[in-house]
Amino acid sequence: MPVALDSSPKFQGYAHPEVLVSAKWLNEHLGDADIVVVESDEDVLLYETGHIPGAVKIDWHTDLNDPITRDYVDAAGFKSLMERSGISRDTTVVIYGDKSNWWAAYALWVFKLFGHSDVRLLDGAREAWTGAGYEFTKDEPSISPSEYPLVPRDDKTIRAFRDDVLAHFGNPLLDIRSLQEYTGERTHMPDYPDEGALRSGHIPSAVSVPWARAVNEDQTFKSREDLAAIYEGEKGLKPEQSVIAYCRIGERSSHSWFVLKYLLGFDNVRNYDGSWTEWGSLVGVPIVKGAEPGLAPAAR
Amino acid sequence: MSVTETAMELKADFAALSVKERLSLLLEFSENLPELPPRYSEHPDLLERVEECQSPIYLFVEVADAKVSLFFSAPPEAPTTRGFAGILSEVLDGQPVAEVLALDEDFPSTLSLAEAVSPLRLRGMRAMLARIKRQVTEKSS
Repeated sequence: MPVALDSSPKFQGYAHPEVLVSAKWLNEHLGDADIVVVESDEDVLLYETGHIPGAVKIDWHTDLNDPITRDYVDAAGFKSLMERSGISRDTTVVIYGDKSNWWAAYALWVFKLFGHSDVRLLDGAREAWTGAGYEFTKDEPSISPSEYPLVPRDDKTIRAFRDDVLAHFGNPLLDIRSLQEYTGERTHMPDYPDEGALRSGHIPSAVSVPWARAVNEDQTFKSREDLAAIYEGEKGLKPEQSVIAYCRIGERSSHSWFVLKYLLGFDNVRNYDGSWTEWGSLVGVPIVKGAEPGLAPAAR
Repeated sequence: MSVTETAMELKADFAALSVKERLSLLLEFSENLPELPPRYSEHPDLLERVEECQSPIYLFVEVADAKVSLFFSAPPEAPTTRGFAGILSEVLDGQPVAEVLALDEDFPSTLSLAEAVSPLRLRGMRAMLARIKRQVTEKSS
């Protein structure tokens, strides 16, 4: 049985209203048999301090990434993660997390690499739950056993590798890092550990929209109109264009990827998860410094 | 107990636990991190920010009679960072300068936490330890 959609008027303005739920909706549907709520945070202990009743934890470092290769889990790894989380192929998954759903959007993107069809975000992130007056619990969820098929990871449709970026020149690139990272003033995010890149600046022709511009102060997504004014109005992106977004390791850009794809209806958006930690250390690729996007080299 | 003894004991404590229980122990350290005394909570400008940590943490070191006192401030929504601070506080607070400076900078990596929190996150604790040692050196010279 498909789980009902949240019919909140705000969501109806988005290209895909089915990808968001409100705290109120989630509270009403917590007991539904076909829903699994997932918390995915930057801080690996935050879930343990209290979470939405019944929610399971999926951590971006320890669950979604392969521990050895710089890559995501493979089909067997994802199957195992889903089964230990009580998620079946037709489960409605609602993800929420800290930092305006930054990591939740990253988890959603990984779910989409494996083609899980019904994945939604809690609009307003972790704070939305307590903000609406609901309680967190430290009680461990009782997880119903599930079976999940072995699904090959699709690395083509929503994921870009460095060679895809080189071949993409002439089409829009979106850099969602801070302005200091974009201009080349620094190689990593202000106040964050340096994950290492040997050069600073941005990929030629990339336009800059720091990821957090997509959210309001209360961590909810901005309205369709406000989002369109930024990405389409101010930056001139068009929903029919092929766009590649990147950041530092592909997490913040998953959030912007989500905005472009589901809220604004861009059909062809990919996330370059190698991002600056790869491009900024790659031998022989072009880089632009300063506030201007710079010209795209010939695609190769 | 000396710095070395506490460090060895913590190492053994964490190693004896399952990955999940290691997180619970880290959470205990996080919850038990002492509050800042008013002379710092009212003067956050006196605290030094550890930029290498994923979440904001401020620390302050006092040295008196060749003993080290540590003060930390990190928000409740950064429990991992608070937990790291709690561990370092447990091992180093109130200890002689020489012992604090002698603690192996690799101590964070010996706590069997890499699997539970990831090696990348553990870097934050190494950075915190390095800051503490640097401040201790400055304030005891």
